Amino acid sequence: MTTVAEKRPTNAGHDGGRLPLEYTRHEGPLNILGFWIFLATDVVLFASLFATYFVLRTHVDGGPTDKELFGISGFTIETVLLLTSSFTGSLAVYAMRNGNKKRLLGWLIVTLLLGIAFVGYELHEFLDYAAEGATMQRSAFLSAFFTLVGTHGAHVTFGIIWMASIIVQIARYGIDAINARKTFIVSLYWHFLDIIWIFIFTTVYMMGVVS
Amino acid sequence: MLESLKEFAGHFFVTGEPLIYMSDVAIVVVSLAIVFTLTYLKKWKWLWKEWLTTVDHKKIGIMYLISALLMLFRGGVDALLMRTQLALPNLHFLDPQHYNEIFTTHGTIMILFMAMPFLFALFNIVVPLQIGARDVAFPYLNAISFWLFFFGALLFNLSFVIGGSPDAGWVSYPPLTELATDPGPGENFYLLSLQISGIGSIATGINFIVTILKMRAPGMTLMKMPLFSWSVLASCIIIVFAFPALTVALALLMFDRLFGTHFFTMLHGGNPMMYINLFWVWGHPEVYIAVLPAFGVISEVVATFSRKSVFGYKSMVAALMVITVINYLVWAHHFFTMGASAGVNAYFAVATMLVGIPTGVKVFNWLFTMFRGRIRLTLPMLWAIAFIPCFAIGGATGVMLAAAPADYQYHNSFFLIAHFHQTLIGGVVFGLLAGLYYWWPKMFGFILDERLGKWAFWFFNIGFYVCFMPMYALGFMGMTRRVYTYPAETGWTGLNFVSTIGAYLMGIGFLLIVAQVLYSIKYGKRDVTGDPWDGRTLEWALPSPVPHYNFARIPEVSELDAWWHMKQNGETLAAQNKKAPLEPIHMPKNTGRPFIMGVFFFIAGFGFVFNWFWMGAIGLIGVVITLIARSQERDTEYEIPAEEIRRTESALGRL
Amino acid sequence: MTNGRMQEGKHAPLIPMKNFVGYLLSLVLTFAALALGMAHVLSFGAVMLIMLLLAVLQVVVQLIFFMHFTESDGPRYHIVGLALGAFFALCVIFGSIWIMTFNSQVH
Repeated sequence: MTTVAEKRPTNAGHDGGRLPLEYTRHEGPLNILGFWIFLATDVVLFASLFATYFVLRTHVDGGPTDKELFGISGFTIETVLLLTSSFTGSLAVYAMRNGNKKRLLGWLIVTLLLGIAFVGYELHEFLDYAAEGATMQRSAFLSAFFTLVGTHGAHVTFGIIWMASIIVQIARYGIDAINARKTFIVSLYWHFLDIIWIFIFTTVYMMGVVS
Repeated sequence: MLESLKEFAGHFFVTGEPLIYMSDVAIVVVSLAIVFTLTYLKKWKWLWKEWLTTVDHKKIGIMYLISALLMLFRGGVDALLMRTQLALPNLHFLDPQHYNEIFTTHGTIMILFMAMPFLFALFNIVVPLQIGARDVAFPYLNAISFWLFFFGALLFNLSFVIGGSPDAGWVSYPPLTELATDPGPGENFYLLSLQISGIGSIATGINFIVTILKMRAPGMTLMKMPLFSWSVLASCIIIVFAFPALTVALALLMFDRLFGTHFFTMLHGGNPMMYINLFWVWGHPEVYIAVLPAFGVISEVVATFSRKSVFGYKSMVAALMVITVINYLVWAHHFFTMGASAGVNAYFAVATMLVGIPTGVKVFNWLFTMFRGRIRLTLPMLWAIAFIPCFAIGGATGVMLAAAPADYQYHNSFFLIAHFHQTLIGGVVFGLLAGLYYWWPKMFGFILDERLGKWAFWFFNIGFYVCFMPMYALGFMGMTRRVYTYPAETGWTGLNFVSTIGAYLMGIGFLLIVAQVLYSIKYGKRDVTGDPWDGRTLEWALPSPVPHYNFARIPEVSELDAWWHMKQNGETLAAQNKKAPLEPIHMPKNTGRPFIMGVFFFIAGFGFVFNWFWMGAIGLIGVVITLIARSQERDTEYEIPAEEIRRTESALGRL
Repeated sequence: MTNGRMQEGKHAPLIPMKNFVGYLLSLVLTFAALALGMAHVLSFGAVMLIMLLLAVLQVVVQLIFFMHFTESDGPRYHIVGLALGAFFALCVIFGSIWIMTFNSQVH
């Protein structure tokens, strides 16, 4: 296992052609590529859930339909929360690459809080639906809806725990190659969840509203 | 109190079946014997330190191999029980329920708990050595993968004595598998054990993709990489994109059973066909996950024992990559009879037949590699040669099944059974056995005995054709799969009886392999050179068994068949090692956490099987805690001093 | 670690232009989709098509502006991986919809 301290990047970045810190230890590039491939797997996982949702969308069994169920203000707030958290997550990586530990921690905490707000809002939405009798046991459509959106929410929850663990480490050890790699990877995960949410927004919520 | 405990035990343990009582006794006796032996020989610490906590890819590979052979035994016994039941009409050797359970566990175990770990054994043992790396990209994750597989398999096999086995076929189709029609915990065992081992498989896929893409020795461009490693790359690409569909299919069916959702029920708008659709999105690629590495093995073995570079290397790589993509686009041919539109069936029929083209390219390339080669009929080569016609026939009958209109006739008949056993045994098992014999000296430092191996080969091969050729005919005569008996008037008796004889011949073949291994441990020829076959690829440059850091110095590669060219130019690893002073090597530390994580997954799985959500929650919280503990860990590596490497290498004659 | 970047880091802006533009674009695309959905001026199919295009643009924004998508220490294998993932995802989604519409023919 050799080190790749002085490798030239394929893409000469804004900082004059050196690789960012997270690529400098031997496991850095491996972990980053591995994580990108994990994201590709997760794309297919969500694709299978989306496929199930599309197939079962109209199978409402006399229960509530998507059009009746979804409230525009609810999912719009969730979308803005998540988009903003994706933005602040990118600012965290930017601060990290500038070696600014304080800002890095600050932005990560803001991202985390936005994530918690998102999950809280989603739970609130789910409980609202359940109170109207729209539970996941009611119809195939609702089973598929709660599972698809809930899987995304579970991913975000997992991301929150993960990010919290990384915040602790940055506070303890500062910005070194290991923490840089971890922060970069968790930020990839976070942006990826935003991408999935965009499709939930478009093909679940908006499709329900438009139909 | 005692009464309720008794009643609980009556449901909890499987009762009332003499065969199972016998197995209970056998399990207890074997477990006690293992515990006693380990205690008597004071090997507990050794077991923990050397094996359970290892992150060494070679040891993990060996653990996969041992598990796979054990599961081959269990699945094989299931097969023999089935064939015994079907040998004659109207037998009552097994009752219908028991028969259902046995064909379910046979299929599930053979695909997921025998073929997969067998493949992963070869991935682990061979790939890093072949590409000149010191380990896989993620050794810790690799250990997690193994323990998830192990505890998944344990959970599945536990259903045999606790709670009852799954009984709805290895595909587990709803609505039969919904709670209303299959209330026992057997189905839950199936769903959760596959889920747990499936997570491990995805991790293995990612691990080997990164290993192969990023950790090749300097100079080994992708187009100079041995074909086995290419086939592993192809197989892993399919794993990472196919397994998520299985994860979803299993999870949704589990939600139906545990939480009362309606994905695949007949009520409230559920659609059982959606499960079948998702299952085969994974299920068809799974066949290629298993068979592509077998292709890779055959490519290595044929080239080595013909003393020629493989014919048409570039077309071999292209064929692998084409199969990697096309195999994903053919899944609906498993349910042509569902009644999809003509367009759907036409497309999937044509796409399926297209797979035959790159596969044909590979078969011809193997033949041309042998053509005018100096062939040595060693055991690996024998299995490789047996593989080619067997797999070709399996492929041809596959094209017959791919013709959608005709499939209405063959579907779920014994013709199908014969076809897929021919691809999975004639393809995967023959290929894996060739690989096992080929790389055995590298793993253990001795060669398996030829004479016993040839007996095993002939018993297994002849047994295979005797067992499965009659099934093609039985399929045409109308015998469907999963029937537990048949009346004499059908006229199926003779062929079934022949088929059963064949199954027992294969069973004898398996026992001969076991005997061969036991015999060779004591009397087998030792491999002192590290290159017993006059090999072509880098793993044969190393001593057998390989030191735990693999390469003292990472070799420089300039050609395909790197080791062969080094030998031609009179170079050795010793010469390479002498070029400059050896440097210390960083290696990952052993850790018990992957094992503990596996235990927590097992606890979670067991809890959900019995709807004990508290127990499931404990298990999952344990998993999250182990993840956080890993995230917080920083001191994960240690250094082997240069002096120690120098000593090891000189002791092995490599300096 | 390059010294140049570390020094520059002390004077780096809190919010760089690139990230800010990315955020603005993502908001604009979201509200464009919302407005289109509420307006009820186009047919369902046309609206969904445009919204899907907007979603794809959103993905591009995330990848380029936030995820350092083109960055790598060697060949960009991850782009191939994600492209394959996206392709297979589309196959699963549209394949499943195509296959599973059989009910409409049976009835």
